Amino acid sequence: MKIIGYIIQKEFKQIFRNKVMLPLIFIMPLIQLIILSNAATFEVKNIKFSYIDQDKTSFSRALIDKFEASTYFNVITDFSSSKIANSAMLKGEVDVILEIPQYFERDLLKDKKTDLSVIINAIDGAAAGVENVYIIQIVQSFNKNAQTNLMQPSDLKNMPKSILSIPSFWYNKTLNYKTFMVPGILVLLVTMITLFLSGMNIVREKEIGTLEQMNVTPIKKHQFIIGKLFPFWVLGMLLLTVGLIIARVLFNVPMVGSPVLMYVYTSIYILVILGMGLFISNFTDTQQQAMFIAWFFVVIFILMSGLFTPIESMPQWAQHLTVFNPIKFYVEVMRMVMLKGSSFTDILPQFGKTFLYAIVMNGLAVWSYKKTS
Amino acid sequence: MSIKIEHISKSFKDVSALKDISFEVKEGELFGLIGPDGAGKTTLFRILTTLLIADEGMATVAGYDAIKNYKDIRNHVGYMPGRFSLYQDLTVEENLEFFATIFGTTVEENYDLIKDIYIQIEPFKKRRSGKLSGGMKQKLALSCALIHKPKVLFLDEPTTGVDPVSRKEFWEMLKRLQQKGITILVSTPYMDETALCDRIALIQDGKILEVDTPQEIINHYPKKIYNIKADKMYELILALNAYEHNHSIYPFGEYVHYTDKRGDFNPTELIQFLEGKGLKNISIQPTETTIEDTFMELAR
Repeated sequence: MKIIGYIIQKEFKQIFRNKVMLPLIFIMPLIQLIILSNAATFEVKNIKFSYIDQDKTSFSRALIDKFEASTYFNVITDFSSSKIANSAMLKGEVDVILEIPQYFERDLLKDKKTDLSVIINAIDGAAAGVENVYIIQIVQSFNKNAQTNLMQPSDLKNMPKSILSIPSFWYNKTLNYKTFMVPGILVLLVTMITLFLSGMNIVREKEIGTLEQMNVTPIKKHQFIIGKLFPFWVLGMLLLTVGLIIARVLFNVPMVGSPVLMYVYTSIYILVILGMGLFISNFTDTQQQAMFIAWFFVVIFILMSGLFTPIESMPQWAQHLTVFNPIKFYVEVMRMVMLKGSSFTDILPQFGKTFLYAIVMNGLAVWSYKKTS
Repeated sequence: MSIKIEHISKSFKDVSALKDISFEVKEGELFGLIGPDGAGKTTLFRILTTLLIADEGMATVAGYDAIKNYKDIRNHVGYMPGRFSLYQDLTVEENLEFFATIFGTTVEENYDLIKDIYIQIEPFKKRRSGKLSGGMKQKLALSCALIHKPKVLFLDEPTTGVDPVSRKEFWEMLKRLQQKGITILVSTPYMDETALCDRIALIQDGKILEVDTPQEIINHYPKKIYNIKADKMYELILALNAYEHNHSIYPFGEYVHYTDKRGDFNPTELIQFLEGKGLKNISIQPTETTIEDTFMELAR
């Protein structure tokens, strides 16, 4: 016990003496939290909108006015022909081209139907999808107005009663993206920092040769491992604390659930990450290699965590893969506890899996750690 | 026997680093392992300090088997690797305390043993070890390797890259440690340091060439060595190489160490030969054999 304590003490001394490391550990993730939480939004705004109006009637103008009134669209210009419009799209001057055909008003009045052509720049597929939804919404609402205007009193009986759905967004009433992004990004930061630091820490001792010196001492495997990793466990918890304070104070993210539960879960979760870090460092010889491997896993874990793209929309095989993604569980738990106030029984499935993961990961790491090469 | 090595072999993939090595080191002996870079010295050290497992053969250190009782060995040996491998961001004092704690002892308990050495770096005890000079780093590393009062001390090329004055000091320290009853196995590529060892083993390409006291090894040398000097060193070597009776020619400082194939070598004949080659100010003097000559002869 005394030896473990001494190694921990030594480890902390080294962390605090490293003039570059300490700011890296605390300031950088927090800057990221602040920047990313403000920037990583799924809303698409300032869409560069253009149109070709071949009808030039009050109807066509009314439709364009609708787009102008929308906060999502910036009506950039109108084009006289689709040829000019297409070349403008190619140059990236516009994102959306709406083409209103000739006789738009006439057809709508006479035949009660007409076609609109919409061209969307789909270089960014996700944005294009969102833009499409916005356009459909605007056109539909225009359509409804037009119908009402055109309606003859005699038609009223034949009109089907329209069904209106009124969504109510629980746990995030205003669909404030910050509310669900902040817990997610906080999770990423805690994961990245603890994984990188623990992964590189033991490799560093390999690089500078101190590991060899340690290996000829009677120090026990478990003493060394616990002594080396415990400081990073503490750092991870500290990082969570600072992150939660920022989430509360700066972003006003609701904290419905119990902070104790968040800490209990995080304490287990960090063990998974530390085990992973140790495992990586066992199979690498330089910090550079360790960093690359850690990055490889972090990128996969982040993109498949459900933070940026919903897991439900992934192909089946990918959904199965996410079972091995600790970040996924952490994101789920943090969102559930922070936004929904889930209790321990609610997060029990995630908790159980994480706990199992921690045992397996650390078991593997300790097993593969050898004092003799 | 403090160290016993029997038929140790070790290969890394297709490179065979040690080939059937056997020798013994007596208790309290200062034993030198002499050989060029890549001879297998470090591999042997790593096997004896339980960092590597030999493919074949067995070794005991301080009476413990290197494989079965590796934990006991770790408690009873001190190891100073060739590269400085203490924590550079900890101070001198902290490094020493750290290693004392790891070995379950305290600095005070074994201070007697390291006092001579540590006293020289004590003025800098608050300085980070990474900021020490080469000689001071080495003294600190030695102090750390000694802090648990080991029975056997392994020093892997401790004087490589150290200035001549510090080297001399270092060997004096080793002599003093030996008097305190510690068995020391030290490796070095410098032949001149061997004279200070009780016994030495010459090692090359993973094979032991000879094990004996430095004097005996010199005595084994079969030939008479001559120092030859002339005004132009390079031309002298070329000329000697062309001389049909030459046995060996090695540049040695300002001289060339020359041995002849024949038992009845006549220097005047060689002088005439060299003058014929256009060399001037030629001198040929008999000289003492050194370990280096022996090594070169054995390694031929």
